[in-house]
Amino acid sequence: MKTVVLMGNPNVGKSGIFSRLTGTRVITSNYAGTTVDVSRGKTRLPDGPAEVIDAPGTYSLTPTNPAEEVAAEILGEADVVVNVVDATNLERNLYLTLETLERGVPAAVALNLWDEAGHQGITIDVDGLEELLGVPVVPTVGLSGEGIRELVERLGEARPSATIQPMSEEERWVAVGRITGEVQKIAHRHHTLADRLAEASIRPTSGLFIALAVIAAAFLAVRWIGEGLISFVFEPLFDLYTPIVMRASELLGPGILHDILIGRLIGGEIDYVESMGLLTTGLFVPFAMILPYIVAFYLILSILEDTGYLPRLATLADTFFHRLGMHGYGIIPVFLGFGCNVPGALATRVLETKKQRFIAATLMSLAIPCMAQIAMVFGVLGPFGLQYVVMVFATLALVYVVAGLILNRVVPGECPEIFLEIPPYRAPDLRATATKTWMRVRGFVGEAIPYLFLGILVVNLLYSVGFLDLLAAAFAPVMETWLGLPAGAAVALLVGFLRKDLAVGMLVPLGMSPEQLVIAVTMLTIYFPCVATFVVLLRELGARGMLAAAGVMVTTALLVGGALRVILIGF
Amino acid sequence: MITMEKTLLDLEPGMQGTIARFIGNPGFVRKLRTIGIREGKNLTVVTRHPLGGPVVIEVDGREVTLGRGMAVRVVVDVAA
Repeated sequence: MKTVVLMGNPNVGKSGIFSRLTGTRVITSNYAGTTVDVSRGKTRLPDGPAEVIDAPGTYSLTPTNPAEEVAAEILGEADVVVNVVDATNLERNLYLTLETLERGVPAAVALNLWDEAGHQGITIDVDGLEELLGVPVVPTVGLSGEGIRELVERLGEARPSATIQPMSEEERWVAVGRITGEVQKIAHRHHTLADRLAEASIRPTSGLFIALAVIAAAFLAVRWIGEGLISFVFEPLFDLYTPIVMRASELLGPGILHDILIGRLIGGEIDYVESMGLLTTGLFVPFAMILPYIVAFYLILSILEDTGYLPRLATLADTFFHRLGMHGYGIIPVFLGFGCNVPGALATRVLETKKQRFIAATLMSLAIPCMAQIAMVFGVLGPFGLQYVVMVFATLALVYVVAGLILNRVVPGECPEIFLEIPPYRAPDLRATATKTWMRVRGFVGEAIPYLFLGILVVNLLYSVGFLDLLAAAFAPVMETWLGLPAGAAVALLVGFLRKDLAVGMLVPLGMSPEQLVIAVTMLTIYFPCVATFVVLLRELGARGMLAAAGVMVTTALLVGGALRVILIGF
Repeated sequence: MITMEKTLLDLEPGMQGTIARFIGNPGFVRKLRTIGIREGKNLTVVTRHPLGGPVVIEVDGREVTLGRGMAVRVVVDVAA
């Protein structure tokens, strides 16, 4: 089977063309040995079926980052290359086109965003370009599908270019200028009102207000979509499931197997939140409490990405995140982490270097509570007064900043600066957005849920053999003397490894003062990620990285907990 | 027209200039050129974020964000 590789600069609508070519049966996975995601799908060419690979966006084949390395490597797998070119920015795109054609691989060029180029008063002599490049050139509009059929038909004509021969870098720049000059005409264009509005979103002051509004709207939308999915899709599904587990519960009868699979019955009934069985809570929490929000978060993220807003947000956030050793894209793991730390941990891949990913992952685990946890913090502390809730979040924000400043100093490695193109605002391609959301959700289900399941199993086993109580007893002195908390809080903290939100709930019956609760709740966030996040981090950072991160977490938790105790309770 | 050389970081928002040269290794130069920041191109500074934040420029109708450490290594001719 032939392999078709899509090559192109970032932001040229490559994924739109990809989803047009392949439909929905698409697999996204890490490129071997890297953290770069690559999508593969199938399509039908005139001479039979073919595999399509969507290479990461790159500006040249001399890579400057891991994603570009992968792109250059994937080119080696190609039988045919489709070079997707932004027709509104021909000159810049041609450099990669020439580099690709110089490799002597059969190729065709898709002049994408053809409609947009027309609106901008840009005309390109397609036949002239085809002659100069020596390969088929087809104008396309990924959004509407225009030109895709012709592109597929003309892939049959794709052959190595006869006109483009290997050349030096300087010669290539000259050739880019010459070709652009010959085929492109640009009608002069004045700045429009839309341009000025677009610029407002990257200026410091106006941009900040717009960013706050967008983030607020994003969280509202996430909540709305998430709650909608829960009450109209997932809870009804579990209502159908309940009689089946109840039957299983009766068949099993009491015993250790029942404890592990079904858990404790609350008032003779299964309580999906508190029973803690593998088949009850173990299924309900990931699917009915976490997954709906993951879907919502990924959908909103994909929309923000496809409209072109994300690079603007990254530009605005850079001033802050740069200080902490990351750059503007460091805001993405934070945004997702507020939904669930697992996608947040996966999203640290948007940062280029090991150091940056380590800092992003560690800070998120320390100071970003997930949505379930936030809800519990409000539930537990809210009745005592909002000032206690504020104390928790202010402490966490401070921890994020201070720990970031310190980690940036002490962690070895490079912190490349922000460097990105700001694409024009575009209406999101619903097909591409839906495909992307679906692939991300599927990635989450595959990468997180099995481990969450495993984690519940292990903790259940440890709980039923009494190991957790033993461990809690061992930690009790630290709790009492250092943190000023009752010994029972240790159990809650340990359960926090499994479920942070539930652990917050376990603090209530201990009858602590609001100050003690503030300490316990803050500790619970900082000291360690939940089991699912832990497993993902272990894979993203490696065993040594995770060990270092865990060291930072425990140390920070003890320092912050001790400090809070002195401030809120005294010695 | 008399021009003088400045680094991109010295340009105030709204100012224009012509890219003269880059200070850095070939990898750095390629990174800039392939994103469209090339010698001889005219650029406009769109905004410069305060407190050490990044610089946003416009070249050929496209906006690019770059950190200050990079901006200081881009030499621009501006009208004196």
